[in-house]
Amino acid sequence: MLLTDLAQETYLAIKSNKVRSSLTILGIVIGIGSVIAMISIGKGTQKSIESSIQSIGSNLIIVSPSFQRNVGSSVSAGRGSAQTLTIDDAEAIANKVSGIKSIASDISKRYQITSKSKNTNTQVVGTETAYATVRNVTIDLGNFITDQDYKAQSKVAVLGPTTRDDLFGENVNPVGQKIKINKIEFKVVGVTKSKGGSGMNNQDDMVYIPLTAAKAYLSGDKYLSTISIESTDSNNLTIVQNQVSELLLDRHKIINADQADFQIMNQADIVATASSVTGTFTMLLAAIAGISLVVGGIGIMNMMLTNVTERTREIGLRKAIGAKRDDISNQFLAESIMLTFIGGVLGVALGWSVAQLISKLANISTDVSMDSVLLAFGVSALIGIVFGYYPAKRAAKLNPIDALRYE
Amino acid sequence: MIEFKKINKIYNTGDVETRVLKDISFKIDKGEFVAITGPSGSGKSTMMHIIGALDTPTNGKYFLDGHDVSKFTDDELADIRKDKIGFVFQSFNLLPRATVLRNVILPLIYSEIKPEQREEMAKKALFAAGLPEDRWNHLSNQLSGGQMQRVAIARALVNNPSLILADEPTGNLDTSTGEIVLNTFRELNRKDGHTIVLITHEADVAAYADRIIYLRDGVIINK
Repeated sequence: MLLTDLAQETYLAIKSNKVRSSLTILGIVIGIGSVIAMISIGKGTQKSIESSIQSIGSNLIIVSPSFQRNVGSSVSAGRGSAQTLTIDDAEAIANKVSGIKSIASDISKRYQITSKSKNTNTQVVGTETAYATVRNVTIDLGNFITDQDYKAQSKVAVLGPTTRDDLFGENVNPVGQKIKINKIEFKVVGVTKSKGGSGMNNQDDMVYIPLTAAKAYLSGDKYLSTISIESTDSNNLTIVQNQVSELLLDRHKIINADQADFQIMNQADIVATASSVTGTFTMLLAAIAGISLVVGGIGIMNMMLTNVTERTREIGLRKAIGAKRDDISNQFLAESIMLTFIGGVLGVALGWSVAQLISKLANISTDVSMDSVLLAFGVSALIGIVFGYYPAKRAAKLNPIDALRYE
Repeated sequence: MIEFKKINKIYNTGDVETRVLKDISFKIDKGEFVAITGPSGSGKSTMMHIIGALDTPTNGKYFLDGHDVSKFTDDELADIRKDKIGFVFQSFNLLPRATVLRNVILPLIYSEIKPEQREEMAKKALFAAGLPEDRWNHLSNQLSGGQMQRVAIARALVNNPSLILADEPTGNLDTSTGEIVLNTFRELNRKDGHTIVLITHEADVAAYADRIIYLRDGVIINK
């Protein structure tokens, strides 16, 4: 049997059963489409998380307080809720640890903030000038907190673009205006550039004020929320991290590192953790979507078995006029592969459209990657083979005499 | 051309052993028109299956064009059927949603005849089977019974086989259409020299052949 004949036979067989073929294909379309869409959501999320982690600064080490963990206890309280880091710690790190390019401490807490007519609830970061370089904050309008502001405990504030939009309206220049943080009046001196983040830890929804002002007017104590350290080089991240850890253990008089009352993370760790989380998330989504693909495959098998039964006499005739077992099984296999292939093409189109729609309507970033498309094609062809194999073998095994007599 | 040497066919269903053909030996020469007849249960269908290489005998030898077919595997039997035998069935067995031409071309697909040559071969066979040219592009299920059987005859002829094997070809036709079909067979035999074996249980159908092999209870009564 020539390949062109096989293609023609397949085409005619699918055409002669239009409704049944379309419904079977639909099963595969939905299966492949949902796998593509789900993987695209997973990959998109992974990309946006990774880029938002990159945007918080490069070669970054973040020290945050945690409750001291006692021996035998596996409970540790949330990051940042403890009060163990002080400005003295930050100064000691700056003075004693080598390989640090710059260092910035901050006291962060959410406060109610009001402008003349509007109000919002957002993160207020009391920090110093170096924060802008360490955490990769760039200025759009006005200027960031200066050393002068720091020393003078000035009541000045730099707004993130989202906060600016919330308090003053989009694209309004608020520099020189007054806002109230926790009922205390601050003067707006600048607006930062957008980092394009979203969700809970939106880098654009922040208010920066001098650390000294935060300490004096808002928190009223000496405890820090985080110390951000930028190392000179990405190669010495771990070295700096270890030095900081030893120094702080020593200063806090803790012998066992497992009981540390602070935690240190570097950017590489955060990226790795986030990637593994989103990777699992992607797998989960794909697995759920994969179930529909299996159901679609069973649909193919069901249709092919019905086909074989319906066309028993035709199979008998084909065998009588000289078709070999392979000719028959190839014919049915080609039919199921063709069905899944068409389903695969349409499914990729559907999955891509759904991904576009999701990113438009739900504002979730999606990413239809070439490998997920190839994977979908591979899987659909495989489904065609796996679920078409049994019906095709059954057809090929039919005895021509019985098949010709079949009513 | 066809030679049966002590052919036995035994079916085992559970404990019961049924001997359908008993030590059958006969010859059919090239260019003969032979009818195999007998009452139902005489074993003529089984004989047709063996002659048509659809089945193999339990023991004995069957030579077709010098090949010992009796020990062939399934795929070898398929090859023999493809090259040597053209089948005509009682119920036509045409592909219903395909045109007449496509039905006749079908065996050529399995012989891997070049696509360019197929249509010409099919038209030649349709012409020989006597189907009017204006029907050639009709769908096969739009034809009358007699026309369908002519398409089936054309399909049997298209590969130029050594043997045309017709199994109750008039069984689904009325008498006058049946006569036309039988006359077609006789003409194919007389004019073109095709070897034809006709299996039927009707004596007047068998009478169209030059020789009658009469079968009863798995034994040939006369030759």
